[in-house]
Amino acid sequence: MSTATNASPNSRPDLRALFLGFSSVGLSGFGGVLPFARRMLVEERRWMTAEEFNAQLGLCQFLPGPNVVNLAVVVGKRYQGWAGAIVAPVGLLAGPLAIVLLLAMIYDAFGNLPVAQGILRGIAAVGCGLLFAMAWRMGAAIRDKRYFLPFTVMVVAAIAWLRWPMPVVMLAGLAASGAVAYWRLGKK
Amino acid sequence: MIVVQLFLEFALLSFVAFGGATALLPEMHRVVVENHHWLNDATFTHLYAIAQAAPGPNVLVVTLIGWEVAGLAGALAATLAMCLPMSVLIYLLIDRWESFAGKRWQKAISLGVSPLAIGLIFSGATLIAQAAQFGWAAWAVVAATVVANLLTKLHPLWFIAAGALLGLSGLI
Repeated sequence: MSTATNASPNSRPDLRALFLGFSSVGLSGFGGVLPFARRMLVEERRWMTAEEFNAQLGLCQFLPGPNVVNLAVVVGKRYQGWAGAIVAPVGLLAGPLAIVLLLAMIYDAFGNLPVAQGILRGIAAVGCGLLFAMAWRMGAAIRDKRYFLPFTVMVVAAIAWLRWPMPVVMLAGLAASGAVAYWRLGKK
Repeated sequence: MIVVQLFLEFALLSFVAFGGATALLPEMHRVVVENHHWLNDATFTHLYAIAQAAPGPNVLVVTLIGWEVAGLAGALAATLAMCLPMSVLIYLLIDRWESFAGKRWQKAISLGVSPLAIGLIFSGATLIAQAAQFGWAAWAVVAATVVANLLTKLHPLWFIAAGALLGLSGLI
């Protein structure tokens, strides 16, 4: 649609635009807002191209932590330096944080009622199912399953069954499964 | 000081949060319920449910836990602990990302992390089931959700609404 690639007023958002843009992302998603971040950045406001988005997302997904918060830091820094790197994630989190705290206060007031407990139990059951489904889908997307899925099984055994501390399990697991991945990459 | 302790415990966890806050459920449960007895199983499950039903990034379950442990200061400390360490790191690293993106060791770590993240998410699901002490009816809902979610493209919000209704009816 647009032919202007760098002359567009949208191409360099100021702090206010960063805050509002990421606020809209934070408030629009349920169960993960990354797809909404992509839509806002690439399609609606055109702050970056799809290629730029994928390249920047790389490090955000490479590092641990909430990917979308990492992405807000990256986009904020890119357009407004350190101030942007603070304003963008704050914009992303402020709205949802206020809502969630409001819900927490309602919970504190009415959480003891059997009705509330029933509703939350029902949502927890569904949420649990959504997590199993997510794990299944991610597992199905893995290549070289016979080399890598054993690591999934080991993590489940260590964390869910043996209840070993996660930092140790993850560091040991990453060393082992990273070594296998390094070896498999050399075979291609 | 509970708030400081909460901040330090969660900041440590943020370094292994591959798969986001969801992957941290088992470890947060260990810290908050088993080690420090700040919350009980029922409250922990309820907070997870509230986070599921609210809009916004998944990381907000951490905010809720912080709130129940130590009020507003706890909520902010827990959220900051989860976001700040990696935010600082990514701020410092992003300009150098191009120079190591695509290197063999970088790809190996990315490939190697995902089976571990899957294991963490699976463990998170079993943890919720255990903490909530699901009976057969709840397990039936879990199974139905898994099947329906894998076979249809229904928005997750429909599942949440259905779960709330079933729970309201007292069936679960």
